[in-house]
Amino acid sequence: MLPDQVRAEWTLEAREVSKFFGDLVALRRVSMRVTPGDSVLLYGPNGAGKTTLLRTLAALARPNEGEVLFAGESLARNRSASKAHVGFVSHATFLYGELTARENLRFFGTLFGLGGLERKTDRALDLFSLRGRDREPVRTLSRGLQQRVTLARAFLHEPDFLLLDEPFTGLDASATTNLEDVLRRLPEEGRAVVFSTHSFEQGAAIAQRLVALENGQVRYDGPLSLAPLESLGINAVSGKHSLIKE
Amino acid sequence: MSIIWAIFVKDLRVEWRNREAVASMCVFGLLVVFLFNFAFETGREETLRMLPGLLWIAFAFAGILGFNRSFAAERDNSCLEGMTLAPIDPSAIFVGKLLANLLFLGGAEVVVVFAASLWYNFSFVPALGWFALIVLLGTLGYAALGTIFGAVAANTRMREVMLPVLQFPVAFWVLILSIDATSDALRGMGRKANTAGAARVAGLSLIFAVVSFLLFEYVLEE
Repeated sequence: MLPDQVRAEWTLEAREVSKFFGDLVALRRVSMRVTPGDSVLLYGPNGAGKTTLLRTLAALARPNEGEVLFAGESLARNRSASKAHVGFVSHATFLYGELTARENLRFFGTLFGLGGLERKTDRALDLFSLRGRDREPVRTLSRGLQQRVTLARAFLHEPDFLLLDEPFTGLDASATTNLEDVLRRLPEEGRAVVFSTHSFEQGAAIAQRLVALENGQVRYDGPLSLAPLESLGINAVSGKHSLIKE
Repeated sequence: MSIIWAIFVKDLRVEWRNREAVASMCVFGLLVVFLFNFAFETGREETLRMLPGLLWIAFAFAGILGFNRSFAAERDNSCLEGMTLAPIDPSAIFVGKLLANLLFLGGAEVVVVFAASLWYNFSFVPALGWFALIVLLGTLGYAALGTIFGAVAANTRMREVMLPVLQFPVAFWVLILSIDATSDALRGMGRKANTAGAARVAGLSLIFAVVSFLLFEYVLEE
């Protein structure tokens, strides 16, 4: 992690970003700025562009228009600029099934050039209660345990920005509670988290800011407490989004 | 270097656990040599004429199997994409995977050559130095192409078919030069002929390796 005075100047920003897949417009002129200490719920119906936006912020996808900046520097010019500071959880686990959880973390820790790798690996395993299962090949673990290893991988290098796409997928009740606690603590540590979930209630209990996406466009970006939920089509009581097409 | 080493060791570990690539490469290479042994009655002269081509055909097809398997592990959980999340030079991924592919294909080649020497009653010992050098250089170029085309094919739907379709038209040149140089080496041609043959293979392999190294970054783009 960065020292406080340095960290305060680091921002991750999407500026007028558009992303197309053939004729499909996944993102249309999306702007969003994330600063240390932010806790952002990315919410919207299926196909709204949440995953594409997170992948673009993580430098895994290149925008067709606009740019993503880290600390003021465009990732188009230097794609590696943000990587050491960003942890990303995707729908894919990014884990090698033949390797154990510990071996996977050691491998990715080496790629990130981490010092004190064993200590950091232990810490990441402990954070998601994986001790005792860390020497089993990942392919033999349940989906929920694999998701915990995926989260441990994203947290391993203690990133300042965590971009989590549906991080609660497959988790049981106790792991879900644990992850909620971890995510609530991040802003206090001066780190930023941007996450998506289909449970508005669950997300709203963690985040302070809402970014509502629909058809690849930002419909609302601001404090959760001030969000016009009705006009966004979100039922705050049931937590259901009227536009979510299951 | 630690990044390259980590990727290399990871590939060895994955292969050691599932034993898919090297085993299938060896079996396929042995089958090619075995079937040709029955298909043709060969005397010493015929063997000398046929063996270089036969060996490189076995190496080429065994290699295709190995390169496909090498990227299957990366594809399963989008691991290749996972590696690109790290602040590393994409060419380090290329070099790490190339070294692993070289080792796997080299292992399969040793098994195939040993079997060929038994089935064709042919001793490689008199020409072993030149033969080993030419095989090493040719394999370097072929494996470099296999590593980059394996990464390209991994992102396509018909990846098992796509890899040979992409690779063979380009690898044709390194295979032809390698067969020619191997033939000279096994025939015990002089130092001058062997040096020229090895230099041609080395030059082309180096070009393929450098170009693949430089282009790998673009292959990893979405």
